[in-house]
Amino acid sequence: MNVEPPLQRERAVTIFERSQPGRRAFVAPPLDVPERPLDELIPAALQRPRPARLPEVSEPEIVRHYTRISKRNFDLDSGFYPLGSCTMKHNPRLHERVAALPGNARLHPLQDPRRAQGALELMWRLQEALAEIAGLPHVSLQPSAGSHGELAGVLLTRAYHVDRGEHRTKVLAPDTAHGTNPATVTMAGYELVKLATADDGGVDLDDLRAKVGDDVACLMLTNPNTLGLFDRNIEEIARLVHGVGATLYYDGANLNAVTGISRPGDMGFDIVHFNLHKTFTQPHGGGGPGAGPIAVSDRIEPFLPRPQVVRREPDNGGEPFFDLDFERPKSIGRLRGFQGNYGVFVRSYAYIRSLGADGLREMSEIAVLNANYLLARLREAGVAEYLPVAYDRLCMHEFVLSGAPMKRELRIRTLDLAKRLLDHGFHPPTVYFPLLVDEALLVEPTETETRETLDAFADAIAEILREAAEDPEIARQAPYTTPVRRLDEATAARRPVIRQVL
Amino acid sequence: MADEDYPNDLLYHPEHDWARVDGDVATFGITWYAQDQLGEVVFYEPPEVGATVSKDQAYSEVESVKAVSEVIAPLSGEVVEANSGLGDSPETINQDPYGDGWMVRVRLSDPSERDSLMDAEAYRASLG
Repeated sequence: MNVEPPLQRERAVTIFERSQPGRRAFVAPPLDVPERPLDELIPAALQRPRPARLPEVSEPEIVRHYTRISKRNFDLDSGFYPLGSCTMKHNPRLHERVAALPGNARLHPLQDPRRAQGALELMWRLQEALAEIAGLPHVSLQPSAGSHGELAGVLLTRAYHVDRGEHRTKVLAPDTAHGTNPATVTMAGYELVKLATADDGGVDLDDLRAKVGDDVACLMLTNPNTLGLFDRNIEEIARLVHGVGATLYYDGANLNAVTGISRPGDMGFDIVHFNLHKTFTQPHGGGGPGAGPIAVSDRIEPFLPRPQVVRREPDNGGEPFFDLDFERPKSIGRLRGFQGNYGVFVRSYAYIRSLGADGLREMSEIAVLNANYLLARLREAGVAEYLPVAYDRLCMHEFVLSGAPMKRELRIRTLDLAKRLLDHGFHPPTVYFPLLVDEALLVEPTETETRETLDAFADAIAEILREAAEDPEIARQAPYTTPVRRLDEATAARRPVIRQVL
Repeated sequence: MADEDYPNDLLYHPEHDWARVDGDVATFGITWYAQDQLGEVVFYEPPEVGATVSKDQAYSEVESVKAVSEVIAPLSGEVVEANSGLGDSPETINQDPYGDGWMVRVRLSDPSERDSLMDAEAYRASLG
């Protein structure tokens, strides 16, 4: 007997398709003031010729529609989500409470700074905390995603070189880099030069020596890198990059491994971006909102985006106050409307203040411990034979397995394993990244998972491999229990249907 | 998907591209190994006829469900014909990498470059 789960049986329907003429969720009471003609209130030119086509549905139908859709998703509140390089950690509910306070949630972004002192103070204090964590003194909160922070960093690099009368054309990035690094480089008008990876998983120093020169504007680096390995040559890398006058950029996607332990500024980096939504908690993964603040050294500071959130001390001895500083003649300008995704700032600031310096260090230590525990647990379960670790070193907060032996001997691919994990109630790790590892599986458990969860995940992987040894077809056809079965990604990309006519 | 195969009448480039040389014209494509590593190909844009390609340099890009990769020219010359059919059905690259999945025909500017390419046996050995 094959019973389809209800969510699989049900066809996806839009809210518009549920619409019935005249049906309402809310009916306003009769007006108790005189009605005024619309033309008096809104100029005729700005009025719609016909009413907006909105779905006409009852309130319970609206609730059921969106509740049903939310159940078709997999999220961190439903289960383990070890998506490598994404730091899917628990978002404490306290953060939601403070973000929802009316003074935070209802503040208008056009409010005069004099009447938004609380919000500006929170932003200024967050800047100070991030500067301390980065080991770099100046922070801008404007960039609204990691990739946006990267773009800011590369534009700052360009402004810095142009200001010195230099024209540099190349940016270096390792072949393990996040895909956003080369995309950022291209978008900022530079030529990307890839650096090879050495046998220990770090930057190949000989390749760096060969490629670094006075035409290089910047080296973009993640440390620990996307293999989950700390580059022990970072000081030598910084020396080589600074030796030719280039800047060193820190992609903060993996900051969860080193917060409170080591600081990018102390390693020699000039510019750092944070992914507040990763390292400092925030529900994410659905496209935002996020925040990608940047911290920079003194030589980069004049070029920071404007306005900057500043604390002013009046000359006449009056009370210090917080303000937006637009007087920045060398600034690269605005990167977005308003000041950033303020709700993310509130949550991140709440997190930093809740944990304190010792707590942040412990956060990273447990993230690293959890990753190493899970790796050891997978080995113990006999998984290493089919899914060996790509670089056999103590890992940081994440690690990369190669599914090449699994594909060769059990005849299932990393994609099949990932899909089968869904039937075990786990979100799959990142797959096929980094690109230099064949059939890669990038696992980041984070510090907020229990030992029991990590054990259950390791057991599930071992079970899938055992099952594949008997019948590879089971994994190849997975998943079975999700709202939709395996999607045809190739056809979706080749012949996308991007518009539904209603 | 096609079965793993490296025909003996082709020459191979270490970046997993093949060339079928016929006098001073050669046909290029990617090997079975390359398409298998890429996974299902979803996009390929052929170069313009008349474009110059240089040995070891990229002349196009191929995008799969996993990644975007450059397609490397095994030999140098001028494109005299491009397989425009691949634009609408890039899956042909997976289904028939040495036949209908060919990418370009090139008039060779230096036919002696072929001496640096591998035969099928050497290429198979390079895959380990």
